[in-house]
Amino acid sequence: MKTRKLMMAAALAALLSVPAIAAEQFFPVLVYRTGAYAPNGTPWANGYVDYLKLVNAKGGINGVKITFEECEFGYATDRGVECYERLKGKSGGATLVQPLSTGVTFALTEKASVDKIPLITAGYGRSESANGAVFTWNFPLLGTYWVGADVAIQHIAKKEGGFDKLKGKKIALVYHDSPYGKEPIPLLQERAKMHGFDVMLLPVAHPGVEQKATWLQIRQNKPDYVLLWGWGVMNSTSLKEAQATGYPRDKMYGIWWAGAEPDVKDVGEGAKGYNAMTLQHGAEPNAKVVKDTLAMVHAKGQGTGPKEEVGSVLYMRGVLSAMLGVEGVRKAQERYGKGKTMTGEQVRWGLENLNLDQKTLDGMGFAGVMRPVQTSCLDHMGSSWVRVHTWDGAKWNFSSDWYQADDKVIRPMVMLASGKYAEEKKLKPRTPEECKQ
Amino acid sequence: MAFFLETLIGGLMAGMLYSLVALGFVLIYKASGVFNFAQGALVLFAALAMARFSEWLPGWTGIDSPILANIGAFVLAGLVMFAVAWIIERLVLRHLVNQEGATLLMVTLGIAYLLEGIGQGFFGNDIYKIDVGMPKEPVMVLENMFEGGILINKEDFIAALIAALLVGALTLFFQKTATGRALRAVADDHQAAQSIGIPLNRIWVIIWLVAGLVALVAGIIWGSKLGVQFSLATVALRALPVVILGGLTSVPGAIVGGLIIGVGEKLSEVYLGPYVGGGIEIWFAYMLALVFLLFRPQGLFGEKIIDRV
Repeated sequence: MKTRKLMMAAALAALLSVPAIAAEQFFPVLVYRTGAYAPNGTPWANGYVDYLKLVNAKGGINGVKITFEECEFGYATDRGVECYERLKGKSGGATLVQPLSTGVTFALTEKASVDKIPLITAGYGRSESANGAVFTWNFPLLGTYWVGADVAIQHIAKKEGGFDKLKGKKIALVYHDSPYGKEPIPLLQERAKMHGFDVMLLPVAHPGVEQKATWLQIRQNKPDYVLLWGWGVMNSTSLKEAQATGYPRDKMYGIWWAGAEPDVKDVGEGAKGYNAMTLQHGAEPNAKVVKDTLAMVHAKGQGTGPKEEVGSVLYMRGVLSAMLGVEGVRKAQERYGKGKTMTGEQVRWGLENLNLDQKTLDGMGFAGVMRPVQTSCLDHMGSSWVRVHTWDGAKWNFSSDWYQADDKVIRPMVMLASGKYAEEKKLKPRTPEECKQ
Repeated sequence: MAFFLETLIGGLMAGMLYSLVALGFVLIYKASGVFNFAQGALVLFAALAMARFSEWLPGWTGIDSPILANIGAFVLAGLVMFAVAWIIERLVLRHLVNQEGATLLMVTLGIAYLLEGIGQGFFGNDIYKIDVGMPKEPVMVLENMFEGGILINKEDFIAALIAALLVGALTLFFQKTATGRALRAVADDHQAAQSIGIPLNRIWVIIWLVAGLVALVAGIIWGSKLGVQFSLATVALRALPVVILGGLTSVPGAIVGGLIIGVGEKLSEVYLGPYVGGGIEIWFAYMLALVFLLFRPQGLFGEKIIDRV
């Protein structure tokens, strides 16, 4: 009898000594490390995954460990949707999805709302999805293409000496002939109406390796500025063609997806003077978050990509994207329970109530990298600050102060386009009262 | 007029570069009757080898001179292409003698995926540079005749010259050498060629090696223009309408086809594009090729196939 009691006590003690299963939060990671866009997709994916590892190295999200699984889709929309379908129900369900593809974002917009999974599209996706009343699951955090295009025009106007000086000017848009490349067109046409400049539209077919005809047209029409809305090899090809046709690179402005190291390093001196909008950050080798990643992830042999890439432009884009997702979960935990696994719906609440002030950002290691972000149920973008950086032949340097996109121009466009979308899809937009629930 | 000439010249030079890739298709088809879908992958593989070896060699050997590093890289990349040709013959083609054309076609698709995967796995998937000293700045000519002159891309001009030289050399090889004649005999009939003592296995290694070396030259030129990255494999898609138009069995056809496609797509993009929203040059090239096929199904210079019924 005594032995039996002893054995039971020992068994109970053993049971109690087993640590409770830690809560986990699953992040599906859609990546393209192969194919035509791999040179750009890979650093983003490495930054994204490294940041998740860094959070885990620091103890997770209030103790909740992040788990993740990559799915390779080669920037093909159909394969991206397949990845989403495969991962959405894994490990207790996807926390959120970041597809890094405007095409996939278009395809997932309706699916995500049915599955109740937030879709973060930091710096890409549908511009009108900033309206959280209609696009209840989309989060184009930090900026949309309309923000990028608006700031490009503001910057050009400043260089010319004011918006009135834009009258009669010609601005060409060389764009990837895809939903991504077409996004800035409505904003540019709106600004063209306001200030009296001409917009010349020049589509380039995927993947963008043949642009001779495009640049011959530029040579013939002699636009005052060229805006570049490319991705992957299209960007470096544009710069090489600009060099081959003698178009000045300092009159060229790329969107933030056309302003990273893979776009210019192969062109080197030939790209000197070329400018690009930034999604707030540039190359940030001195940021604290970069140093932390090197010390706590790479130094322990857990780095995802090469150490030299840490802090580069697209790597940082991945870091920021992951950070925004993680902070959405952290915010959700404040309301629904610290240390618990959050559902997609709860994370949506977190993302709609993000309030990352400068002090918080600085504390997380993002000092000098980005400005505060504050979202709401109706504003899913949270911030619209942009800087311009310029390639000096060897590295990117900031070449402007901060600009903020003009809400007076963008807001009516967002409301109109999202209203049309709601009408088409027979959606009832959320009211401010509904948002409070 | 000056702009039209500029577009025309640009198209001709682009056409020569397409011809260079199209040649790879023609060579393999002439010698083995196989439409080689792996030609684009061969270009990528060869360019990756060239770019990475020229980067690694100075570290391995202490060579300082970029010219020597490039020559060394060219030799090593050539050896790699020989190894690829030998492996393809040994492991794949040898087992498929006298098989249906469709089987061989599918095999080349498999080889394409394999080469793309292995190439990126072994050499990396970033953008790599091939710097063989090609001039990047444009030159203006005929400034006295036309206001502002006519712009010529020096890099394209030199590339077109290299392509023309290579084509000349290959034409001589096929027409004037015993090996060239043996290659053509194998293309006509595997069994008949074997029966008169032509060693099929050796011929296949030779032809894949020649196609590999053509791919290496194409890879260096395209890689120097675009940077070496995965999209080089898609350059082959630009050469498809060229071989459709020029005929699968004709080296001169690859050249003339390339020039017609190059000029056609540039003129269409510049003069028709603005009316239909632009971005038409890729599908226009295929359309142009298909229109030609309506009148000459064997292509411009292809051999007319007459079968006894």
